[in-house]
Amino acid sequence: MEKIPILRMGEFLLVTIQVDMHDRLALTLQDDLTNRISETGAKGVLIDISSLEIVDSFIGRMLGNIASMSRVLDAQTVVVGMQPAVAITLVELGMSLEGVRTALNVDAGMELLRKSINGHEEMEYGSYFR
Amino acid sequence: MATTLNHKTSNLGSIIAHHRDAILHAWSRDMIGSTRRNDLMKESELQAQCQQFLSLLQQATSQGSNIQAPAYDQLRDMLTEISRTRAIQGFNSRETAMFIFSIKQPLFTAIRESLGKDAAAMAEEIWLTTEIIDGLGLYTTEAYIKTREDTIRRQQEEMLELSTPVVKLWEGVLALPLIGTLDSARTQVVMESLLEAIVQTNSKVAIIDITGVPTVDTVVAQHLLKTVTAARLMGADCIISGVRPQIAQTIVHLGINLLDITTKSTLSDAFSIALQRTGIKFVRAQKKESVE
Repeated sequence: MEKIPILRMGEFLLVTIQVDMHDRLALTLQDDLTNRISETGAKGVLIDISSLEIVDSFIGRMLGNIASMSRVLDAQTVVVGMQPAVAITLVELGMSLEGVRTALNVDAGMELLRKSINGHEEMEYGSYFR
Repeated sequence: MATTLNHKTSNLGSIIAHHRDAILHAWSRDMIGSTRRNDLMKESELQAQCQQFLSLLQQATSQGSNIQAPAYDQLRDMLTEISRTRAIQGFNSRETAMFIFSIKQPLFTAIRESLGKDAAAMAEEIWLTTEIIDGLGLYTTEAYIKTREDTIRRQQEEMLELSTPVVKLWEGVLALPLIGTLDSARTQVVMESLLEAIVQTNSKVAIIDITGVPTVDTVVAQHLLKTVTAARLMGADCIISGVRPQIAQTIVHLGINLLDITTKSTLSDAFSIALQRTGIKFVRAQKKESVE
């Protein structure tokens, strides 16, 4: 069965979505990721969706859910590299993914994660530039 | 009936052939009085057009009076071309249409001279001629309007392209100065070009300057909110600048929630916030004072 690989980088987990997401795959990812977080005790999750070109409301909600679940498991989630078309689609669908933090690319996302791990008091969105 | 028409119209063809010079002379004389514009068009050019039109009319009318028929193809093509060039040269619609309508009188004179003795035939011939010329006149006006509409549409498209420049203010700081009213079509272009530019330049902050936007209503505010949210989803921050007092009042009265968005009154305020967020600090060279 198809699976999206979850890579471990120090205290972070790295998920790169490079295939078209379908609902089954998304649910599998959700399952795998939550398991891996609790196994490894990861402090942060970085989801790279720069190759994702098509989203629907289900995938959008799934991204939001993964972020909320990770937070419950004490890991920060950053979504990086969203394509303009995907962003427009999500906005038009009325999903602004409140609570999910975003960054332009993997570099910026990693920096954001490191900062938020180092300073736990700055956990709200908006801490990025401080 | 068709044969009658053909018979009658073939008369018109031969009448034109007989009185060609007289018609041409009278026609161009009439045009001097009514619609000729020496400032826009050379006399020789007009003469050439008149002659060409008359020849084509003569050919076409000898084959029927239905101006949609293939026999009139060449004539219609010529009229389309004339209307197009005149619209570009700056003639107004009346002047363009009168080029055709002013041929009526010379034609009627010619018909009267040929068929003056037969009142019934003359009336019939004049009716047919009127029908043909009116049809051609309307066709010319339509072609003229179509040319103008094409021009307007092209200009609108160009304006759409020109009116949304995304400029880079600093490494990682983009600005989008909006000018003019925002509608759905324009906002779509604005949103797309801004997001594309964010990806291309890897910018963390984008400033949307609405100094040039005359009014902000719920629709415009909605569009702005969407753009800001989409940029945030991609990992960039948006600042809205150039909010004038009236616009601030309108936004609050309309009950639009812009609380989650950073708004500044001038572009320079927004720029300094943007620099601060990207971690850049300006220091005065001599006194070494921070200018934040």
